[in-house]
Amino acid sequence: MIILWTDSLIFLLVLVSIASFFYVLHKPQWQRPLEKIVRNKTGMLSLLVLLFFISIGLLDSLHFKSNQSNSHEIISVLDYCADTIKSHSEKTYSAPFATHLYSKEIILGDNGSKHWAHPRLVYGGAHLQHPESEYKKDIALKTFIGFAKSSLIFVLIGAVCFATARFMDKTIVLNSVGKALLLLTFVLFTSSYTLIYLSSYYHVMGTDKVGEDVFYQAIKSIRTGLVIGFLTTLVMLPLAIVFGIMAGFFRGWVDDIIAYIYTTLNSIPSVLLIAASILMVQVYVANHPDSFTNPLLRADMRLLFLCLILGVTSWTGLCRSLRAETLKLREMEYVQAAQALGVKRAMILYRHILPNVMHIVLISVVLDFSSLVLAEAVLSYINIGVDPTTYSWGNMINNARLEMAREPIVWWSLTASFLFMFSLVLAANLFADCVSDAFDPRRSRT
Amino acid sequence: MIYYIIHRFLYAFPLLMGVNILTFVLFFVVNSPDDMARMQLGQKHITQQAINIWKQQHGYDLPLIWNEKADNPIAETIFYQKSVHLFVFDFGISDSGRNIGADIKQRMWPSLAVALPSLVIGLFVNISLALMIVLFRNTYLEHLGIMLCVMLMSISGLFYIIGGQFLLSKILLLVPISGFDSGVNGIKFLILPVLIAVISGIGSGVRWYRTLFLEEVEKDYVRTARAKGLSETQVLFKHILKNAMLPILTGIVVILPLLFMGSLLTESFFSIPGLGSYTIDAINRQDFAIVRSMVFLGSVLYIIGLLLTDISYTLVDPRVRLS
Repeated sequence: MIILWTDSLIFLLVLVSIASFFYVLHKPQWQRPLEKIVRNKTGMLSLLVLLFFISIGLLDSLHFKSNQSNSHEIISVLDYCADTIKSHSEKTYSAPFATHLYSKEIILGDNGSKHWAHPRLVYGGAHLQHPESEYKKDIALKTFIGFAKSSLIFVLIGAVCFATARFMDKTIVLNSVGKALLLLTFVLFTSSYTLIYLSSYYHVMGTDKVGEDVFYQAIKSIRTGLVIGFLTTLVMLPLAIVFGIMAGFFRGWVDDIIAYIYTTLNSIPSVLLIAASILMVQVYVANHPDSFTNPLLRADMRLLFLCLILGVTSWTGLCRSLRAETLKLREMEYVQAAQALGVKRAMILYRHILPNVMHIVLISVVLDFSSLVLAEAVLSYINIGVDPTTYSWGNMINNARLEMAREPIVWWSLTASFLFMFSLVLAANLFADCVSDAFDPRRSRT
Repeated sequence: MIYYIIHRFLYAFPLLMGVNILTFVLFFVVNSPDDMARMQLGQKHITQQAINIWKQQHGYDLPLIWNEKADNPIAETIFYQKSVHLFVFDFGISDSGRNIGADIKQRMWPSLAVALPSLVIGLFVNISLALMIVLFRNTYLEHLGIMLCVMLMSISGLFYIIGGQFLLSKILLLVPISGFDSGVNGIKFLILPVLIAVISGIGSGVRWYRTLFLEEVEKDYVRTARAKGLSETQVLFKHILKNAMLPILTGIVVILPLLFMGSLLTESFFSIPGLGSYTIDAINRQDFAIVRSMVFLGSVLYIIGLLLTDISYTLVDPRVRLS
């Protein structure tokens, strides 16, 4: 078991969020918004999709040393599960579900003759004798088998749950949100099962330039996207909360200094600040090659640093709105009363101000998440994002953008990264809408 | 009024000084000039002599902030030569030996040629669509519109550019795929970048303007206007749009100066010789002098934008007190 820096922070974040979820669960002021979120169908469905992505990301964050004797690679649980897909690498490009390579080569026939054709893939559709005639039927059959198996498993699990509930004299009644959630779980479960089943026979999303499975790359990229989205907030929140509340509460020279700091940081275009910092890290790494021997560790440090610098550039917005809210709150009667009763200022901040700005923090965290995932792709394109060896959607797009000019075009890398990124960001955006609706005080009575 | 503007203007100096110190720390203190030289020369075993020559060529062979040997201990330092000189827009020469100031002057106009039409057309499209959605509020059309906006927002800007280039230039062959030309000949090169910039901004833009309009819709004067018997469209265009123009315009003023900086992505994909592609090239070549100049230029333009916003508030809205 090996814990990378980002891994430990991710698990810290998971623990903190679970703890704070249970903490607010019984707070009366959180009841109504939480209930509103639970009743919102779009919100719950997008939350389920997010949780699906997060669980894949968590699987990919448990690293250990590979016990295969010849290599000392650090791999994750996800790598271990997806070992078949990972090892099925071809020579170069191949289209989704292809049985032949994208490019033509000279093939030696049995009798020594040479001809110019698309060679067969080593793994994709290798079980077929006559791929031209069989493969459409085979794909349909395999898809059906995968779907049928997974539905059977799903129904069995459902039946067991139902039976346990009956056994314990409870009946499960599903409202419309529950039904929709169940349906989406079914779709997610069967489609991922079918895809995994198919991917041991074919490359469901093709292979890239060096013959690596694109489906595998897209799945591995999930962790990078999530790390960028979540760890950045971990960096940003303490800065924004501490500075924002202090500026609003103490006013005077504290406010002046904090306002000066965030205006200065804000005035630098964030892309340039990120570029400058990443260039500096590159110089540092280039001059200290001894400290970064393992490529995975190096990539991990760069990812962590990217989160750090993104956090530094993005806390200013939240800080400003927290300052404005605190300015309002400190004039409220209950804060004035606490002050008049001689409650210590630190206590007022902790007991009265902080709980009443937490909804702004939550809204901004979910709103920022999607923009951070999108920003990662852009930054990787400019070469100031994650390490080129890290799997990420940005790197996939970056490697694939020249392939559009080829004839016939290589579209699958772009499509795969588009699909994964779009579904994650869309889910995050929809959930963010639902959360900000639920916590918006102006809509409290509807 | 004049006093207020001077006050705001003076506040810009400490901000720029802060930016300057931050970039100085980032570029010279975190890594010494020796480290940069080693990175630029790129070989594993370079002699100290080679490093010294490189430093001398690029003017990095001075102490950082205090030069004991020189007659003027402050002037002959890296901080003074490289950072303080930025205040008078003396950007110096880039690490590859070109004059940065001349490059910037030449390259800001192509950036503006793309960014300005994108802003104007985008504004028009976003505001009209947002008005449409507000007009049809509480109907299925509104839900559909918002849903479409969320979907448009969830697509990375890279896909808009790649998809647009592929569809319009490669399949339909309507416009050239990339390039730039000055004057009237340049228009055909500008169509696609502007179009893509507008489309990729629709999602977030329409949602933002919609919230602005919806805030106005609930106000009392709108109810009065309706009570007078005005039709919904009249209320929308004559009252709501007029009043919402204030936050819209002041929101635009702050980004006006930044239009010169151009867009990194658009310019690099369409090979437009503007400041955005200049920056990207500098980042890829690891040309620290250019990146440092662009950081400073960007913050100057942003601070000018803030100043203009303050001034325009006082000009447009008499309720704003000058303090």
